[in-house]
Amino acid sequence: MARIVVLDYGMGNLRSVEKALERVGAEATVTGEAERAAEADGLILPGVGAFPRAVERVRELGLDRLIADRLEAGTPVLGICLGYQLIFESSAELGGAQGLSLLEGEVIALHAPGLKVPHIGWEPVRWERDSELTDGIEGTTPFYFVHSFTPRPAEPTDVLGTAEHGERFACAIARPPLYGVQFHPEKSSAAGLRLLRNFAGICVSKSRIKGGGGRLRAPDSASASQGTLDRGGAPA
Amino acid sequence: MALGAPPADGRAESPSPVALKRVIPCLDIEAGRVVKGTNFVGLRDAGDPVELAERYDTEGADELVFLDITASHERRETIVELARRTADNVFIPFTIGGGIRSVADAQAVLDAGADKVSVNTPALARPELIGELAEVFGSQCVVIAIDAKARAAAAAASAPCDAPPGHFGETPEYDVYVDGGRTLVEDREAIAWADEAVERGAGEVLLTSMDRDGTTDGYELELTRAVADAVSVPVIASGGAGRLSHLVDAVVDGGADAVLAASIFHYGTFSVADAKRAMSEAGIAVRDTGKSRAAG
Repeated sequence: MARIVVLDYGMGNLRSVEKALERVGAEATVTGEAERAAEADGLILPGVGAFPRAVERVRELGLDRLIADRLEAGTPVLGICLGYQLIFESSAELGGAQGLSLLEGEVIALHAPGLKVPHIGWEPVRWERDSELTDGIEGTTPFYFVHSFTPRPAEPTDVLGTAEHGERFACAIARPPLYGVQFHPEKSSAAGLRLLRNFAGICVSKSRIKGGGGRLRAPDSASASQGTLDRGGAPA
Repeated sequence: MALGAPPADGRAESPSPVALKRVIPCLDIEAGRVVKGTNFVGLRDAGDPVELAERYDTEGADELVFLDITASHERRETIVELARRTADNVFIPFTIGGGIRSVADAQAVLDAGADKVSVNTPALARPELIGELAEVFGSQCVVIAIDAKARAAAAAASAPCDAPPGHFGETPEYDVYVDGGRTLVEDREAIAWADEAVERGAGEVLLTSMDRDGTTDGYELELTRAVADAVSVPVIASGGAGRLSHLVDAVVDGGADAVLAASIFHYGTFSVADAKRAMSEAGIAVRDTGKSRAAG
């Protein structure tokens, strides 16, 4: 059973994420304590609200260092919604703020002239490549979105899925062991639960691999393992 | 069930940019229980809103609305408990309405796992409430529920005497009722109220025709169209669904973004899957739930 920690930094309701993880057979713990979270097989960085305040809270709790350290050690991390945005370098929201810079790219307002923003509702997601995270989920399955901003990944090979609202935007990324989704899997019915189940499965298998002692990254799909976690270094 | 992503050539086709129309079962709740029992076979407890909600999720409901009609002072506790139990077991967005009178009330149900709150009577008593909720939680969390009834012919005939020639009678007018349809609100017109509520920060309009509610004659399409044309946010049509063609009409002729129904689903006349199929066959883009049943 995957032991997954849902990182609590005081932004948004985490109960649905916790219960969805339990539903797919994972052991879920909600905590903001970096020490407790360090033991987990996988981490989820959730969040609802504004980017600048969120990144401030994450740093106050030392969760930025925790996430970076765990990724180095090969522990899978999944960012959801605002948590997905936080893993990039910066956001333009509310005057702008620096992000966690785990991936290259910035977070910008959705460009959707004539359409409603925030973008709320079920939107079909197109998978741009294969991934363990999306295994068993068909290519145009709708997921539930609530957002006004979206990341622009600088490295195209990071993009796992896209959706359309005025423009086509990257709504899912994978650079194993780092994953992120703009939509809410915990509110996306069977497809969302499947994605979380897949993530729990990734956590279990990575945990087994690590058992021997710290390999950095286990291969996900062939194309997905081309990236690197070196910040600032050019991705392969 | 296809496992794995489809081949690369299958991805070239872009999904429709048109927003998917939603099907929303509504559950009336009193003291934590579904108001009327259901005819569903296989439910352990026909009065348990959470079990019914799980069934609707399985059938492909896009969202759920719980309307609490409890009159007692324990109301807030029961709706918070309902929100919590629903969030623990149902993984689609849901709205809680009834008994939300303040930011604190809304905070309690949103913290418990609800995605939106719906306000009706308290918003008419104090329209500032809408702006307060939108300020704290964002417009996407705030649904304005409106119970509208066509103005009596006599009243309508006497009111717009000063309308320009030829204009007379073209714009239908609707009264607004509160307290579950028991009390007329003086000096309020439903279409204008919808417009004002959206200006104040409501992110969605749940529009119920009292003339059609409880009938199976179909949604009030003229009302639905008038409000859909008047506001910039999604409109949920409610009241009167009896046949699957009514759901189609609400979207195609009424301009609704979502259709809400209680009794046709509640009593098993049709399933949510039936509704989705009928809408899809009529050319309406809906979330196809036949694809991803693999989770569980």
